[in-house]
Amino acid sequence: MKSDIILSGVGGQGIVSIAATISMAALENNLFIKQSEVHGMSQRGGAVQSHLRISQEEISSDLIPLGKADLIISVEPMESLRYLPWLSENGWLVTNTTPFINIPDYPDLKEILGEIEKLPHHIAINADEIARQVKSPRSSNMVMLGAASPFLDLPYGFLESGIKKIFGKKGEKVVQLNIDALKAGREFAIEHKKS
Amino acid sequence: MEKLLLLGAEAIAQGAIDGGMSGIYAYPGTPSTEITEYVQNNKTAIERNIHRQWSANEKTAMEAALGMSYAGKRAMVCMKHVGLNVAADAFINSAITGVNGGLIVTVADDPSMHSSQNEQDSRFFGKFAMIPILEPSNQQEAYDLAYEGFDLSEKYKVPVLLRITTRLSHSRAGIERQPLKSENKISYPEDPIQFVLLPSNARKRYKGLLAIQSLLEQASENSDYNTYYPGRDKSLGIIACGIAHNYLLENFPGRNCPHPVLQIAQYPIPYSKIEKIVNECERILVLEDGYPFVEEQLRGFLEINSKIIGRLNGIIPRDGELNPDIVARALGKEVKIYHSVPEIVKNRPPELCSGCSHRDIYNALNETMLEFGKQKVFSDIGCYTLGALPPWNAINSCVDMGASITMAKGAADAGIRPSVAVIGDSTFTHSGMTALLDCVYENTPVTVIISDNSTTAMTGGQASHATGRLEEICIGLGVKPEHVRVLTPLPKYHDEMVKVLREELNYEGVSVIIPRRECIQTATKTKKEIKVKNVEVQS
Repeated sequence: MKSDIILSGVGGQGIVSIAATISMAALENNLFIKQSEVHGMSQRGGAVQSHLRISQEEISSDLIPLGKADLIISVEPMESLRYLPWLSENGWLVTNTTPFINIPDYPDLKEILGEIEKLPHHIAINADEIARQVKSPRSSNMVMLGAASPFLDLPYGFLESGIKKIFGKKGEKVVQLNIDALKAGREFAIEHKKS
Repeated sequence: MEKLLLLGAEAIAQGAIDGGMSGIYAYPGTPSTEITEYVQNNKTAIERNIHRQWSANEKTAMEAALGMSYAGKRAMVCMKHVGLNVAADAFINSAITGVNGGLIVTVADDPSMHSSQNEQDSRFFGKFAMIPILEPSNQQEAYDLAYEGFDLSEKYKVPVLLRITTRLSHSRAGIERQPLKSENKISYPEDPIQFVLLPSNARKRYKGLLAIQSLLEQASENSDYNTYYPGRDKSLGIIACGIAHNYLLENFPGRNCPHPVLQIAQYPIPYSKIEKIVNECERILVLEDGYPFVEEQLRGFLEINSKIIGRLNGIIPRDGELNPDIVARALGKEVKIYHSVPEIVKNRPPELCSGCSHRDIYNALNETMLEFGKQKVFSDIGCYTLGALPPWNAINSCVDMGASITMAKGAADAGIRPSVAVIGDSTFTHSGMTALLDCVYENTPVTVIISDNSTTAMTGGQASHATGRLEEICIGLGVKPEHVRVLTPLPKYHDEMVKVLREELNYEGVSVIIPRRECIQTATKTKKEIKVKNVEVQS
């Protein structure tokens, strides 16, 4: 059991919540974890990434080597492309298609989606829209985690218990909204991964 | 015992708490901030009432920690690498005074300058002060070395430098704890003049420090953290310092390196272990996250040891953070890349938040400066440094904490009119007050804008010592009350801000303009969080 994951997005989008859920799930199951984060200046609306590694065996490096990531999970489409050199030959890219535009030269969204389409293994999902559909509009990150879940070397049930552990303090309702979002993302990915 | 999932920074905090620490002193600075924040929120720390408030700057933090050590208790002081420059006077002299209670100086270096002005390597400072340096390779070692560092400090009666880099500080892993130790009781130093560095006593103390150097070297030789791993392929031996050891093992499946490896986590450099690996192997690759600190010592000026390779011979880049790929290439391994970044991907640099007060003051300042000319604005370290980027391009310097005011003074002395400083509230109380006093002393014509968002924003919104007392500080330092002007930086007051700026820029003396509006990040935190924080500040 081993997953090397790059999480990407824009500072403030909360990619750490995805990382924390996976890590919590892994910790509960006595797996080894390394979760590298970005703090400080880049958090202010800049490109951010997190390297997340889980494994049954001891993990050496906090950083994933180039060409070795099993999965890129991105909450922003252009940011999903920035870390492609880390993606392994047969790795999956799972990205939100809702752009976060805070730079004047943001490229045409169609061109970005076109680049994503070129990859052999990818899931492009409008996580914001799906989060709204399941009436959990603030849980788009959990939709993304759900969409990535079929490609994680971690039983799905672990993720639900990770959510319970992390959001438990905020009450049953918040936990359920997040689990609904997680499920919706997962269903979308399972349906689309065959195509 | 249940494992805790902690950042390297947090592991150090937990290790220090469990190791019987009575006080932590720090000024926020990436990548060190989370150490103190963890202590501030830790249950044991709150129950024990471990000192955990922020200090005005790294120097005051270092001195207060030394004072706690004087009183026989265990203390930690934390800072980012450039913070040690600020604290250097106290730091170097603390090695001469020695300690009473255990004292750990934790410094987080930032190779690749993710959030810094330089990538200086604090191990040089540790060697300069002639004290032990600890450099953990992973989060567990970070915990253990913080826990055990107090014993080391008390054994040799000197402070200990605990050095980490960004990657370890900001990466999480599972940590196993050791039993919680009790705190030291108050005890005075045996020698009442131990801390009196009058030359006559300082000379004695310094000889004492020199005398224990061989003991510190012996401690390194015997340290469980400096491990020699035998290997059959002796065409290459590898010396891996701190986190570099992880990057090395990443390149060997099952963590089985065929070459002899010396892992270093405690300094001074363990001489006989180095001698052994150097004599045994044909070439020696030195891996360190930072400057070529060990490599340079091994090569020497005459480079007699030409079999030493690393950053100095170019097999590893001379600057920047280490990573598994750089190490792979240094080992002659191929790094395969399967997908490249499409050309349409654009840079996305950090920016001032939408709704941030610094935006409004830069808009007003830029409009006003159109009348006065370009390149007359000196700035400082903080979120507002982002005013150097488009669309503002509003500032012309960012050097070190507080330098905006003093550089503006020097430029004014040279004849530049008007000469403007832009500094944040927390940076002002960190190192700007004495600079302002220099201006007052000569009534230098400078306009100092203290952009007051009532927090230490860049590092995540820690309390600012300036909050609620800025005008009093400025007037107390001697700025004329009529030239201390408070503004509300909002788009609707733009014209008024321009008018006040124009008036003060035309004034031939010291003026201070304080645009005041709370940081948009701290303002949008939930009421509940703010409540919790207030309770903590009062405790």
